[in-house]
Amino acid sequence: MVLIVLDHAAGTPRRTAFEGVRAGRRLAEALGVPLAGLVLGDADGAAAAATALAAFVPTVYRAADPALAAGGHEARTRAIVDVARSVGARVVLMAASRSGQAVAPRVALRFGGALLEDVTDVRVEAGAIVAERLTYLSRAVATVRALAEPVVVSVKPGAFAAAEASAAMGAVEDVTIAFEESDRVAQVEPAGRAARDRVALEEADVVVCGGRGLGDADAFEAHVVGLADDLGAAVASTRAVVDAGWRPYAEQVGQTGKSVAPKLYVGLGLSGAVQHLSGMNRSGVIVAVNKDPDAPIFKVADYGVVGDVREVVPALRAALAALD
Amino acid sequence: MTIVTFVKHVPDAEARLGRGPDGLDLGGASFALDGMDEYGVEQALRLREAGAASEVVALALGPARSEEALRSALALGADRAVLLETDAALDPIAQAPALAEVVREAGAKLVLVGGKQADWDSAALGPALAEALGWPLLDWATELAVEGDGIVAVHDVDDGSARWAAPLPAVVTAQQGLNEPRYPTLPNIMKAKRKPLERRPLAAASATVETIHVERPAHARRNVVLDGDVATAARELARRLRDEAKVL
Ligand SMILES: Cc1cc2nc3c(=O)[nH]c(=O)nc-3n(C[C@H](O)[C@H](O)[C@H](O)COP(=O)(O)OP(=O)(O)OC[C@H]3O[C@@H](n4cnc5c(N)ncnc54)[C@H](O)[C@@H]3O)c2cc1C
Ligand SMILES: Nc1ncnc2c1ncn2[C@@H]1O[C@H](COP(=O)(O)O)[C@@H](O)[C@H]1O
Repeated sequence: MVLIVLDHAAGTPRRTAFEGVRAGRRLAEALGVPLAGLVLGDADGAAAAATALAAFVPTVYRAADPALAAGGHEARTRAIVDVARSVGARVVLMAASRSGQAVAPRVALRFGGALLEDVTDVRVEAGAIVAERLTYLSRAVATVRALAEPVVVSVKPGAFAAAEASAAMGAVEDVTIAFEESDRVAQVEPAGRAARDRVALEEADVVVCGGRGLGDADAFEAHVVGLADDLGAAVASTRAVVDAGWRPYAEQVGQTGKSVAPKLYVGLGLSGAVQHLSGMNRSGVIVAVNKDPDAPIFKVADYGVVGDVREVVPALRAALAALD
Repeated sequence: MTIVTFVKHVPDAEARLGRGPDGLDLGGASFALDGMDEYGVEQALRLREAGAASEVVALALGPARSEEALRSALALGADRAVLLETDAALDPIAQAPALAEVVREAGAKLVLVGGKQADWDSAALGPALAEALGWPLLDWATELAVEGDGIVAVHDVDDGSARWAAPLPAVVTAQQGLNEPRYPTLPNIMKAKRKPLERRPLAAASATVETIHVERPAHARRNVVLDGDVATAARELARRLRDEAKVL
């Protein structure tokens, strides 16, 4: 069986769940094994998510426990390994979100298999599971093969298109997890979660990213958020901006932030440090505005404007509004 | 308390990666202590300086050249170092049990690992090590303190950040924002040469993942810089985004 861990936020499936379904269907078909989903959460969240996701997979296993809603890696690992063992999963697939990247290695080690981590593509070749992943700060692409089974695959958010619903509605089955004391050891109190009031960064077709060159939080709001609003885009930031406290961490793109690959990425007042590039160099079209003609971002840009962001952005917004 | 801090010798972030007959060519790259691991080393030293730890052990797994990363950690202030030497390209799942053995032997209560290694772009080593040890994991810490028998930390999660507490022992992954790493001083670089560095061959471990091919894709970029005054450049950019790139 191919078992997909289907993520949701308080009962609403995340886009990565549908991306996982697309990757999972491909593997299940190639291996000739059935496909199932696993939903973890508190009673209400798991119930709502399982119902929504039953339209996409033949079976949804539903594990409900308060420990699973709190998102502790230990509790999630226990639940995934328990279910994967009881259904005899050959492949366990999950999103390489922050939580998925912490849980997938634990599952692989406890389950005794291989880990294909943060993959941008995955397929079956001559009976083996083969994947592609970015390496060396996303400057190279490696093709890797799992040498052991079961195989745990974490899929890079945004790498697969979201799947369509199936023709038939799937079944929902409840499963009970035998937690151990050590699974509840991590006490999690959410602190300062970012509000999600616009298109999510990983899901956006257009991303407008601002850097330290904006000068202050107000200028960031006026120019970066302003242009993003005009374009219906997601807002992103560099680490320098997050460290300065102008913007929340959830918007950070790069090695220690999110990885994005929108159709259009606009970088404003940012230098294009390697660690930042590693989070956006797969973008379709890259636009850069920087007052320094030698800024490294211009080397990876399709279109560049050398100038002060505070002058170029208002002019660009006017020019975009004037396009017929 | 002993803290083990994992270090890796990786291509310099600014290193030029060449294209060779087999795909990637690292021949011209210089190697250095992984940037993310530096935050782990720094945090371990700060905990020792604050009296929360008595010893900091730097641990590496990799080819002989990894000794340089260990010497860097010693020059920063680690007390001793252990290298599990191997030329094999082992994935984190295969590495974790051997590393866990050294951690147990050192009697450590806290392990610090960089959040993501800059060679394999892998964030798996910290979690795999936590699993091999049977300890809780706190990933992507931006604040970390030892309080009583446990740790309290702030870490990044998908939607923001969260505060987290757990009893020791535990594994913590470090990243930018956790602290500002120090620079080694000349006297400490000299002293580091005399600190104990133990090299052991890695006992047989088998990879669970094999690399078939590594490639440096060439991203074809237009590299057009739009000239003229701001208004002209902005108009030209808008037009090209619509008509040439077709992204509007
Ligand atoms: C281990 C590690 C992990 C990291 N992870 C990340 C990460 O995930 N994401 C990330 O972004 N960074 C990361 N960094 C930091 C990274 O190295 C850079 O320091 C950071 O990206 C710089 O942000 P910036 O481009 O906004 O600022 P700067 O590098 O300071 O660049 C500001 C740019 O703005 C330009 N400018 C200034 N004023 C104006 C103006 N008025 N108009 C136009 N242009 C102007 C300047 O010419 C300059 O090029 C990491 C670093 C390390 C060591
Ligand atoms: N298949 C793999 N899985 C995980 N890590 C790997 C793999 N191949 C290489 N690495 C890592 O990348 C580093 C360089 O590998 P290489 O360039 O293949 O010799 C090694 O020290 C490993 O840490």
